[in-house]
Amino acid sequence: MSIAFLFTQLLNGLQFGVLLFLMAAGLTLVLGIMSFINLAHGSLYMAGAYLAAVVSAHTGSFVLAVLAGMVGLFVISVALDRLALSALHRRPHLDQVLATFGIVLFANEAARMMFGSAPLYMDAPAVLSEPFEILGFNYPSYRAAIIAVGIAVALGLHWLIDRTRIGMLIRAGASNRAMVSALGVNIGWLTTFVFALGGALAGLAGAMVGPILSIQPGMGEPVLILTLVVIVIGGIGSIRGALLGALIVGVVDTLGRGVLPGLLAMLFNPSVAAAAGPALASVGVYLLMAAVLAFKPQGLFPVRYA
Amino acid sequence: MKTSLRNLTAAAALALMAGHATAEVKIGFLATLSGPAAALGQDQYDGFMLAVEQAGGKLGGVAVKVVKEDDQLKPDLGVQLVRKLIESEKVDMVAGLTFSNVMMAVARPLGDSGVPFVGSNAGPAPLAGSQCRANFVFASFQNDNQAEVLGKYAADRGFRKMMLMAPNYQSGKDQVIGFKRFYKGTVAAEIYTQLNQPDYSAELAQIQMQQPDAIFAFFPGGMGVNFIKQMNQAGLLKRVPLLTVSTVDGTTLPALGSAALGVLAGAHWGPDLPGEVNTAFVKAFEAKYKRIPSQYAAQGYDSANLIGGALKATRGNVSDRPALVKALRESSFASVRPNFKIGANGYPVQDQHVFEVARDAQGRVSLRTVSTPLQSHVDAYASDCKAR
Repeated sequence: MSIAFLFTQLLNGLQFGVLLFLMAAGLTLVLGIMSFINLAHGSLYMAGAYLAAVVSAHTGSFVLAVLAGMVGLFVISVALDRLALSALHRRPHLDQVLATFGIVLFANEAARMMFGSAPLYMDAPAVLSEPFEILGFNYPSYRAAIIAVGIAVALGLHWLIDRTRIGMLIRAGASNRAMVSALGVNIGWLTTFVFALGGALAGLAGAMVGPILSIQPGMGEPVLILTLVVIVIGGIGSIRGALLGALIVGVVDTLGRGVLPGLLAMLFNPSVAAAAGPALASVGVYLLMAAVLAFKPQGLFPVRYA
Repeated sequence: MKTSLRNLTAAAALALMAGHATAEVKIGFLATLSGPAAALGQDQYDGFMLAVEQAGGKLGGVAVKVVKEDDQLKPDLGVQLVRKLIESEKVDMVAGLTFSNVMMAVARPLGDSGVPFVGSNAGPAPLAGSQCRANFVFASFQNDNQAEVLGKYAADRGFRKMMLMAPNYQSGKDQVIGFKRFYKGTVAAEIYTQLNQPDYSAELAQIQMQQPDAIFAFFPGGMGVNFIKQMNQAGLLKRVPLLTVSTVDGTTLPALGSAALGVLAGAHWGPDLPGEVNTAFVKAFEAKYKRIPSQYAAQGYDSANLIGGALKATRGNVSDRPALVKALRESSFASVRPNFKIGANGYPVQDQHVFEVARDAQGRVSLRTVSTPLQSHVDAYASDCKAR
């Protein structure tokens, strides 16, 4: 097990974490600011992937496909929030869980009816299709591009939330919704904007994974579960928590799968290692979540209210 | 004289009854026709119905009625539907079945009923060996076969060091065992991934570290699409041969496209196998359904024609079940597989091939035969089967 191998696995973890961050950033804002539990976030991710695949197949342009995934999902999210979800904002959390779970089932069946159950095809742009070599390992340039996009989004969100007027309103709304409303801010449209921003980021994530993953009905649920783990670990409502939590989950999950079986094989006999390795690797992030809930129930990086 | 006359009358009456009963043979077709894996069952059904349609709604010269049911990949629903087909629909035989877990669940009610069954995909090990049933005939393959042929191929090619990869569940482990039955070299690592895992970057880094001569992988459905796309992007497909089972087939190739070129697959059927029967089948299937048939479609087509051969031999008599089962097992029909017969345990004895993903004459991404490492191959469990 060389340093180069560990470095490659760290890079893989970072890339996976960045993808989770795109999902978690939106979901944590919706949960933290609107106190709204949206299980359909994974469906927005799926919709972004399908939209991008269709645009890519028709135009052949990857940039257009990603833009379509992002902008399309912003529009869809505005419509979804205004037409359906806004009625649920004041309802108890259980109602929100049930209603948005219904949307998940509906979205999966709709995708199946429109595109069939076989996966859709989407290719990486030609410039990014070849791997590059790093410390003797081949690393796909497309995955490096995902890391770059993720860092750009993190910086952009930091600027939006901390440096702009709308960011100030979002932060204020998270602290005291009633007071912001009383000061004459249209809190309804503010929450719709936050929801749509989250939807656009999920759409971006979906569009970006098109060339790596198979685009098929139900693709959003495995990601949604890990996203919820990220939010619990990072702390609800915190963008910084979403970023650091996503990176921690991405790295722990990747190292668990990539390094742990090898380590176990060195310590125990092969049959024990072969049985325990995959089992431990698959529960690694959940163990981490349980530990965080036990010792820091607010999450590792909770929102600091003034 | 009196007795013989009575016998004659009785025989004539019986023949009349039999003749009446076979006006139309009723076949229950049970498969997974909805959900993420629906493409497999749909191909089986389309292949089956193509054969029926080509014969003008008949099989072996006897008019047939096919009752289609969808098990939704749910074993409990499969059991209910088998009961319904046998008890209320009163079908003369059952055909189809897509997944082994549903097959194992329905094996008992179906086997106990004595109604002849012609399988067109699932081929679980227990039903080939210790739990084999006298009234079951499989026109498909035993589940281990496709991994076994790759094990033989890897041994023949002289691959010394291999990595074996599969999802962490029963079928995944079975495929790895099947591969190792014929592969004699070193297994550098067995990697069991989570079922429906989307991202394989951690595993790809391990491949780069181990530098095996080749990789054996079993990743059905979307998992295979993800794995092959990611392997291609990491530049590994060009450097390490990838030997796969149920990973590149008619259902996943459209989503993979050129990313899968060069991937190897173990199977008993491919669209370019020689023989007029196969060429005509592929042409007719493409003309009717506008897509390249998968092995599941070929199996469906063969199971219908196998039934046809049996009905021809019994002259449409389905009331004598033991005779019908015997006719099914000895059915002579024109298979799309050049070398095909049913063995003593009801499973096929057939050639097992290795295919490569390549462009066909029309430039479409399809499968091309590479070699035939196992000829007239009998599955590993046949000797355990007592009910013959």
